[in-house]
Amino acid sequence: MRPEDPPAQRVVVTSPRTGAPRPRRPYPASREITEQSQLGELYMRSLIRTQRTLGLLVVGLVAGGLATLPLVFTFAPWVSRLQVFGIGLPWVLLGVVVFPVFVLAGWFYVRQAERSERQFAELVERS
Amino acid sequence: MNSTYGVVAVLVVALGAMLVGAYGLRVSRTTSDFYVASRTVSPWWNASAIGGEYLSAASFVGIAGLIFAHGPDMLWFPVGYTAGYLVLLTLVAAPLRRSGAYTLPDFAEARFSSPLVRRVASGLAIAIAWMYLLPQFKGAGLTLHTVTGAPDWLGGLIVAVVVTVNVVSGGMRSVTFVQAFQYWLKLTAIAVPVVFLLLAWQAHGGQRINGPEYPVFRQTTTVDFDTTTVIHADHDVAFSGRGLVDGARLEGDGLTLTAGEHTIAAGSSFVFPAGATVPHLESLPHTTNANWALPMAAGGEFPLYAVYSLILATFLGTMGLPHVIVRFYTNPNGRAARRTTLIVLGLLGIFYLMPPLYGVLGRLYTPELLLTGDTDAVVLVLPSRMIEGVGGQLLGALVAGGAFAAFLSTSSGLMVSLAGVLSQDVLKMRGVRGFRISAGLAVLVPLAMTVLVGGIPVADMVGLAFAVAASSLCPLLLLGIWSTRITTPGAVAGMLAGGLPALAAGIVTISARTNDQWFHVFLSRPAAWTVPLGFVVMYGVSLMTPSKVPANVNRVMVRLHAPENLGLETNEEPSMSELRRRGEM
Repeated sequence: MRPEDPPAQRVVVTSPRTGAPRPRRPYPASREITEQSQLGELYMRSLIRTQRTLGLLVVGLVAGGLATLPLVFTFAPWVSRLQVFGIGLPWVLLGVVVFPVFVLAGWFYVRQAERSERQFAELVERS
Repeated sequence: MNSTYGVVAVLVVALGAMLVGAYGLRVSRTTSDFYVASRTVSPWWNASAIGGEYLSAASFVGIAGLIFAHGPDMLWFPVGYTAGYLVLLTLVAAPLRRSGAYTLPDFAEARFSSPLVRRVASGLAIAIAWMYLLPQFKGAGLTLHTVTGAPDWLGGLIVAVVVTVNVVSGGMRSVTFVQAFQYWLKLTAIAVPVVFLLLAWQAHGGQRINGPEYPVFRQTTTVDFDTTTVIHADHDVAFSGRGLVDGARLEGDGLTLTAGEHTIAAGSSFVFPAGATVPHLESLPHTTNANWALPMAAGGEFPLYAVYSLILATFLGTMGLPHVIVRFYTNPNGRAARRTTLIVLGLLGIFYLMPPLYGVLGRLYTPELLLTGDTDAVVLVLPSRMIEGVGGQLLGALVAGGAFAAFLSTSSGLMVSLAGVLSQDVLKMRGVRGFRISAGLAVLVPLAMTVLVGGIPVADMVGLAFAVAASSLCPLLLLGIWSTRITTPGAVAGMLAGGLPALAAGIVTISARTNDQWFHVFLSRPAAWTVPLGFVVMYGVSLMTPSKVPANVNRVMVRLHAPENLGLETNEEPSMSELRRRGEM
């Protein structure tokens, strides 16, 4: 090493910038929900409202439809004298038809309820 | 009816239930197994078990009996029993499962974090379970009496003993097997005879049941009166035999029962000729076949009120029945709870196609039951009446066995839940020992009560239990699950305001005779006024006490409604996405 050579430059090698804040990862919505933040509450409220509307709608349509029957049978007695395949209409409706209707309504409800839960989960996982 | 086959069938069902239970005993080892089958039950098993447990004496014998006596208005019973599961599915099933509650009191505590709400809920659950056990024991007594002539109390005692032994030794796991097995047994026992009965009816000429005449005896019929009976004859009826009519001793041939009301003393035995119009119990409606076949035509006070009250009680009462709730805990999660309930809807629908057929055929073939008042026996008597020889007796034995299966399965379901509530909330004894002691206690009270109550149709008694459930525990579940505003005082006030009047009305109906009072229907069908009362008081009091909303209500709501696939910390088991996220952080 010759003396006229300039002294070697001291290079400071720094560590990665640990002290600086990393760019924020989006705060997962599922944590908003568990931590009861206002946003999480909003998410849950919307899910509960959707499910409640769906449930009341299905019950309301089926039960509401059924509940008109006693009124019809009372105030329009000719309806209850109608015959289907030789059997009185009230017997056919209340003895046979209602049961597949219940299963169909239940199947529709399960499909819709699971769909809205799936959509809710996607929304939460995406954010 | 030759009783040998019937006795054999009842014995086989009772022994079979105990054997399946004993098989389950070897499987159930820990306390968790004992209570909830460690939640390893698949939806199909679980749905069969729910069906097996739910189809009670009321469904198996009661509905046919009521339709036989009162006509199509009574179809609302099976419709309502099934619709109750639709309401349960759409508004309760998944959140209830996610709440992690094993009994209704557990749900009350999880939702309101209040020991007071819990205590009120458990008191009501116990009352409902006892009201529901009572008709099961009555039905068992009736079946054994019809099949063998044994005294009325014996059948109830047998059911009580078998169920207690089974529940105490096996717990829930064995009960799940027993119940699932019992659904299919019951379906077979009611569906197979129906096929043969319809064939026999065709072979007899396929007679219609909508003519303008009153029911008539198809053949010469001997009627024995076990109790003093007030009857009504629509036409003069010729008869023979011996007995006391209106206090006068009659004996011999060529007697005439004039049109109108008569009192026939216990111990009388009369023979009516074929073709005679059937006199009937005074308390049953006086209808021709044509009128009987029409809805809302039987008269009675406030027919619309009665129908709507029944609809409310059955649609909303199902979710409040203690043995129904327990079953949901054996589902692994909320989604499975929904799927199970959907299968249940199908299973119940298939079963309920059958009882009305028995009721209709009974009008033709066993009209004398209108005279004795044993209308609940129509399912049991029909097969041997319509089909000659050994075939009819075997079918009769099958039906008797199925009926017994109905009493056994519903009673064990009720016993498990009742003993669960009793051991946790009343005796405060944890573990298997407390459960066993409670089971003994659970069975004694309704058994003692069977001595006290009179001749109320089985399905009507069950209807009262539904009414209490619909007016007290149903508001708690529906409002508790779907509204964040319900407060602790609101919940307590609502349950009491709906439940206590319904309970009181039920007790008056089964213990006092109010049949001829104008207000009878308001006591025997209380739901139409007690259900709104329960809901309005619960919501109203809650709005008046806004400061008493439980502090953790939002956390509880998340637990009840968050889907499992979200993997929140409030769900019991972490999902894959939850584990991934925890790894990243």
